[in-house]
Amino acid sequence: MKFSLTWLKDHLDTDASAEEIAAKLNAIGLEVESVEDPAAKLAGFTVARVLTAERHPNADKLQVLSVDTGRGEPLQVVCGAPNARAGLVGVLGLPGAVVPAGGFELKKSAIRGVESNGMMCSTRELELGDDHAGIIELPADAPVGMPFAQYHGSDPVFDVAITPNRPDCMGVYGIARDLAAAGLGTLKPIAAQAVPGSFACPMPIRTDDAQGCPAFHGRVIRGVKNGPSPDWMQARLQSAGQRPISALVDITNYVTLAYGRPAHAYDLAKLTGAIFARRAKDGEKVLALNGKEYTLDAEMTVIADDKGVHDIAGIMGGEHSGCSDDTTDVLLEVAYFDPVRIGDTGRKLNLTSDARQRFERGVDPAFLDAGLELLTTLIIEICGGTASEVIRAGEAPSGTKVVPYDPSLAERLGGVAIPEDQQRATLRALGFASDARWNVVVPSWRPDVDGAPDLVEEVVRIHGLDNVASVALPRTDGVARPTASPAQKLERKLRRAAAARGLNEAVTWSFLPTAEAEAFAEGNGGLWVLDNPISEDMKAMRPSLLPGLLSAARRNLDRGASGLRLFELGRRYLRGAGGHSDERLTLGVVLAGEKATRGWATGKAQAFDAFDAKAEALALLAEAGAPVENLQVMGEAGDQFHPGQSATLRLGPKTVLARFGMLHPATLKAFDVAAPVAAVELFLDAIPGKKAAGFARAAYAPPALQAVTRDFAFLVPADLPAGDLVRTVRGADKANVVAARLFDDFRGQGVPDGHKSLAIEVTLQPGEKSYDEAELKAIAERITAAAAKLGAVLRG
Amino acid sequence: MESTTVDYAATANEAQARIAAAPDLDALEKLRVEFLGKQGSISALLKTLGGLSPEDRQVVGPQIHALREGVTAALAARKDALEQAALTARLAAERIDLTLPAPQAPRGSVHPVSQVLDELAEVFADLGFSVATGPEIEDDWHNFTALNIPESHPARAMHDTFYFPDHDAEGRRMLLRTHTSPVQIRAMLQQGAPIRIIAPGRVYRSDSDATHTPMFHQVEGLVIDKGIHLGHLKWTLETFLKAFFEREDIVLRLRPSYFPFTEPSVEVDVGFALVNGKRVLGGSGDAPGHGWMELLGSGMVNRKVIAAGGLDPDEWQGFAFGVGVDRLAMLKYGMDDLRAFFDGDARWLGHYGFSALDVPTLSAGVGVVA
Repeated sequence: MKFSLTWLKDHLDTDASAEEIAAKLNAIGLEVESVEDPAAKLAGFTVARVLTAERHPNADKLQVLSVDTGRGEPLQVVCGAPNARAGLVGVLGLPGAVVPAGGFELKKSAIRGVESNGMMCSTRELELGDDHAGIIELPADAPVGMPFAQYHGSDPVFDVAITPNRPDCMGVYGIARDLAAAGLGTLKPIAAQAVPGSFACPMPIRTDDAQGCPAFHGRVIRGVKNGPSPDWMQARLQSAGQRPISALVDITNYVTLAYGRPAHAYDLAKLTGAIFARRAKDGEKVLALNGKEYTLDAEMTVIADDKGVHDIAGIMGGEHSGCSDDTTDVLLEVAYFDPVRIGDTGRKLNLTSDARQRFERGVDPAFLDAGLELLTTLIIEICGGTASEVIRAGEAPSGTKVVPYDPSLAERLGGVAIPEDQQRATLRALGFASDARWNVVVPSWRPDVDGAPDLVEEVVRIHGLDNVASVALPRTDGVARPTASPAQKLERKLRRAAAARGLNEAVTWSFLPTAEAEAFAEGNGGLWVLDNPISEDMKAMRPSLLPGLLSAARRNLDRGASGLRLFELGRRYLRGAGGHSDERLTLGVVLAGEKATRGWATGKAQAFDAFDAKAEALALLAEAGAPVENLQVMGEAGDQFHPGQSATLRLGPKTVLARFGMLHPATLKAFDVAAPVAAVELFLDAIPGKKAAGFARAAYAPPALQAVTRDFAFLVPADLPAGDLVRTVRGADKANVVAARLFDDFRGQGVPDGHKSLAIEVTLQPGEKSYDEAELKAIAERITAAAAKLGAVLRG
Repeated sequence: MESTTVDYAATANEAQARIAAAPDLDALEKLRVEFLGKQGSISALLKTLGGLSPEDRQVVGPQIHALREGVTAALAARKDALEQAALTARLAAERIDLTLPAPQAPRGSVHPVSQVLDELAEVFADLGFSVATGPEIEDDWHNFTALNIPESHPARAMHDTFYFPDHDAEGRRMLLRTHTSPVQIRAMLQQGAPIRIIAPGRVYRSDSDATHTPMFHQVEGLVIDKGIHLGHLKWTLETFLKAFFEREDIVLRLRPSYFPFTEPSVEVDVGFALVNGKRVLGGSGDAPGHGWMELLGSGMVNRKVIAAGGLDPDEWQGFAFGVGVDRLAMLKYGMDDLRAFFDGDARWLGHYGFSALDVPTLSAGVGVVA
């Protein structure tokens, strides 16, 4: 809502300054987005009188003026306006002034060889109106030499953001009422006089859609003369950012903005038969005032005559039946439309207007006749004519709401004690009547108020939220206890563990291009795909964190990064039960490009490999409390991975805690990544939670005797996974073997074809006494025997 | 007896000179054998003592012993000197250029959004708030209806909300939550009252320009208890912001506003000073050179929302607020482009990210000084 201070003062008797008004508007919930003074743009322009006007020696259409600026010698000014003449008092822009329209600075210059010391300005050049036919002509007694800004007068314009619950403040009058209630002046009563009809309304009016248009009041005014609206009205409309069009149109716009009461004026000559509200027909078309054609459906209400649609009800009039300069007879429509219907229609048509903004919030259903009389009075005053009687079709909702109130609620809910008589006075000023028992009658223009908390808001906002004192929340009982859940603690710990391992946390979009999402989808009922994505690149919810990280890696590589270690900890989105989502916390890691750059000690740069991914996976799983010693490395990491260089880490055969490895070349190609990429995905929800209830750990004392190590080298079939052998060796003698570590994997000389040599260092922990030779031999035999079951033969 | 007399002093001098001239440990060992070995010259002299008369022995004995001790000491001294020289030579040979670069371990980082979420959890833990979560793919009942946003509310328009074509088993339209407020409903239904929670997470609006991204982060606060009023809301917000920004001079301005899920509703502005063209929080926005900026929306939970959460609004009341996490991060740590948050540019992550060890704690502070 934009309006000038002058306009506000039409409705509010106040001495308050613009600053005071703006501060109060903010304080009572009418947020001021800006206060601008158009006069501020007029610095450097002055009232000046043309002393002489002579033909320019070198140009037919130019004149050379001598202009009195009220001080010093008259200035020579070249001017092309046809109305420039000796004796005219106008507005001179001096060198240095900035012309509001165009924003250019005036300079002393030579025009066709004649010096010019400024510019005589038109209305349009000063953005005070549209007139550009000639320069401004001020009254002959305008004080020459006075700064034009001062002469023109300052009239600040407020731009106020109205929350959707306050349709009453979609009119200047409603804003004045709030300000008056807040003590900033006196509200002036609305001067709506009933204009008696001098003839029966010749146009039948009815509503055939009582749901969409419960009430339709109207009347005809005959013998009007349309033309420009008066200056005062134009100034007000301009302050609201509207362009004056013609008196009849301006008057309806003025009443919309001044009272929040939209209306429409039809040219009676362009209507046929009766006028009525009805549902549109599916596919029916209407050309609206904005020059665009809209296709309607049966859920929308229209105003039509016997021939067709003239108005998208409550939103925008039709092009063909609006008023023009030739209009002599007018039909006024003042209706009440269902707010929901208006909102739905406007959204479907993607069409907004001043009328829609008011109707969808809910206009005052008790203000139809008053609005009609205001319109009639203004039309007759400005355009002449005589009014018919009023036809009222249907009935606007009229039930009065009564809210039982308890004034102590202001303190109990609003946190501030306000004396009862002050609360009553505030409510009264806002239009709420109340009886001795605090039954409060809600005024017709406040559809938002329907309960006691709404009344608390009214009295507290007018009293001032500044007066609400801070009160400490009572501390909760008991000792400090963790407020995070085990899952949240795990998430925080893993995030910092990953960062501590040198990975950089990224936060990437939850949505992906559908093709990328599909490449990482794993069945599970399909992807979540948006109906109305902001772009095709942000259409499907991610089923994995890897595609987003991979794209981030590509962007970094494209920027010249040589090596990247990115991770993200967030949700992936799967299908869950009952049509709901299943959002699982996942940690994704992407290691792309160089692991180590070339170095003086290390030689060539090294690329990441699958073991780097494995190391991250195991380290992070260990931090997460997973039993990493018991995990099995198994296949089936997924099609996105290199089939020979990827695996899953499983707890038992089914529970997949992580997948890792090199990404498939086809994946890299699809993501346009040239460098090899190792990746990890950790499924946090699959990690078993800790069962321990307390802080105490299992008892432990370091063994008294030193552990001994023995090396075993086995010949095994080349396709035997090393992990199987290590696990077997570790499990061969659980009483003595505490660790088994593979330290050599050799193929070549001395190793038969189809075989490899695996060397394992086994750590043995003696208990009470040291091992003797016989014991060591027995242990070695157990290890060799266990390994033999896998086809392993001890090398001689 | 007139036997050949030995000039012990001359012998000692000669031995000392030869020992001092020994070029290395091998030569020194040879001298030791020559003088003190079983067949050594000084050992031989010692053996002569047994054949002397007691009188002679008293004269000669001490001289021979002195000779032996002198040679022994000279050998030890020379050995020390030679070993020291060898060590010095070795150390000189082992000298390396320590201006060469050391192997570099990569430096990881925590994203500013994660850091700020941890900070918020810490600040609110002190006030007894726990952290609640809810799904981001929501249904329209939790996201709108239960929050008193009726069908016709503009916020439901396609313009703002990302919708899925899907409906859940109850026939509710699925969408991406537009705010963290549906967690209010879930918390009330799951926990009952009293409640003190914050609910951080991703939210989505169909909006994209310099200051809006279609995905961003919010944190919701909810307190439901008996006798909770606007004064408690004001105190909580003041306490939270002072703790979060570690500034005592944070000044809030509460303005009446409108949100369907609160009544009364309060918009909260925070005062800032312009310092070198940048907004620095602190002080009243009305002070000269200062201003107010909108920070968050809040209010007393609407009775209809409490009822939708399965609680009796005559018994329970409380407040709620919602604030942009990315915005808080930008205000605190000085980033000025929201879109960069979600780009994954390693340079940006390295610059604006946090060390793994910058864990916010109450005792050390919940902020990381630049």
